[in-house]
Amino acid sequence: MSILINAEHLSRYYGKHCAIKDVSFTLAQGEVLGFLGPNGAGKTTTMQILSGNLAPSSGRVVINGYDLQDQAKLAKLSLGYLPDTPPLYKDLSVKEFLYYCAQLHGIPKKSINSALIKTQERCGLMTVADRLIANLSKGYQQRIGIAQAIIHNPDVIILDEPTVGLDPLQIREIRDLILELGHDHGIILSTHTLSEVQAVCTHVQIIHQGQLILKESIDGLNQQIDTASVLISTRLKPDLAVLSAHDGVLSIVAISEQQLKITYRLHENPIQRLIETIISHGWELQELTPIKRSMEDIFITLTQHNH
Amino acid sequence: MSMILTIATREFKSLFLSPLAWTLLAVLQIILAYIFLTQVETFNLLQPKLATIDGALGLADIVVTPLYSNAGIILLLITPLLTMRLICEERRNKTLSLLLSAPVSNADIILGKYLGLLSLLILAVLIITLMPLSLLSGGSLDNGKLIANILALLLLVSAYTATGLYMSTLASHPTVAAMGTFGILLLLWILDWSAGLQEQRSELFEYLSILRHFQNIQSGLISSVDISYFLLFTASFIILSIHSLANERLQK
Repeated sequence: MSILINAEHLSRYYGKHCAIKDVSFTLAQGEVLGFLGPNGAGKTTTMQILSGNLAPSSGRVVINGYDLQDQAKLAKLSLGYLPDTPPLYKDLSVKEFLYYCAQLHGIPKKSINSALIKTQERCGLMTVADRLIANLSKGYQQRIGIAQAIIHNPDVIILDEPTVGLDPLQIREIRDLILELGHDHGIILSTHTLSEVQAVCTHVQIIHQGQLILKESIDGLNQQIDTASVLISTRLKPDLAVLSAHDGVLSIVAISEQQLKITYRLHENPIQRLIETIISHGWELQELTPIKRSMEDIFITLTQHNH
Repeated sequence: MSMILTIATREFKSLFLSPLAWTLLAVLQIILAYIFLTQVETFNLLQPKLATIDGALGLADIVVTPLYSNAGIILLLITPLLTMRLICEERRNKTLSLLLSAPVSNADIILGKYLGLLSLLILAVLIITLMPLSLLSGGSLDNGKLIANILALLLLVSAYTATGLYMSTLASHPTVAAMGTFGILLLLWILDWSAGLQEQRSELFEYLSILRHFQNIQSGLISSVDISYFLLFTASFIILSIHSLANERLQK
């Protein structure tokens, strides 16, 4: 397994504002690295630096053995990039646009056509090949964005929020495509939804306020996420002090008088004890719903680990 | 090199996808055709008198030179409208990252854009040239002078385009780029006007004036000073554009 991307101590300042600070990581072939973080965490800045659209204030990026700063052309030959807004010339047809992208990425003239057909098939663009990009829906435009990033079969594919604006069916198709590409390429994708990372990524990296706070494989992540939440409804108002006294209960938020959101540690799972307490006090349990883990839960856990 | 051509071809084709290029070519042609006909008419009126004078002004002086001078002025108004979108609009539409993340250098991008637009303007110059050429069917023309005029106009539009391209890399909005280009070009055009007043002559202003060099070449006096002025002018703005695009990655 060869190292495709080596990012060393990347920092980026916009004036005095620090967007990312001392970010270092590597990407190997066959890895799908999910970049996870809330809005404004520095995901897009990092992606722009990796794709050569933005120069880092300090640090360097090596792609496939070539320094992105000094040997930009060679480094970019093995790079495909989908920015957060797909870069599309809207007055061209899909075919014309992809043909131009193929030329730009230096695909030899005789193999452009086969690359074009293969990419259109992969991204489900065959039926719209001759239509103007401006007239296509957002979902199709997003797919064209992905198509231009993979048409030259690059070793490294960088996708900035590839599934934003797609319907659930399209999201599944794109995820399948990413999984397929992940076998023999290195992929970095950014997202702010945890389920997407769990669906397609082999590794995950969490960025928060410009700093990497976690780099793990997916299995590692699942172990790291030690918190879960439940929603509990009772008929009578429960006593919060009694409930929060249980081991493993991290926080209790009263949504209304009879509804509570309880966050707890998984390995100390206090749910059983909580239920027993509620019943024995006669507060009458009405509903208990597990809440899907959100980004917030992860951040709570991770920041607590760090302190 | 092939990348420059790829980008230039795309740029050239894109110009014709919108009505912009067609409109500009049509407007240019209609106005210049009117001027051309007026000049031909003037020549017809003057011809009996001119025929009696030895070494008097010829067809080229009365028809061709005014035609190309006016073309120079009209292109001064039109070129900023064409160049304003070059980089600026790509940046606004966020399509610039397609070029920035492709294996092409800044110089490739700038030269490609430059040559793409310049091809349109060269095409315009060629279409204008068809008018004086049509005179050949009924008379003779001072060919040297015609070629000098064509050369002068070609050098002029290369300088215009380079200025416009640079402004387009700087500005955040196309109209700002157009205004900036127009301002610079018009200033350089009128810089020479003070030369008419004997006491206020400035050699520096005279050298900087784009009009003076243009007229020198037009008159058939092709000197290296004038040619190198245009080449230096064009090259400086292209190099500035490449630097400005490189800055794009440094600060946003």
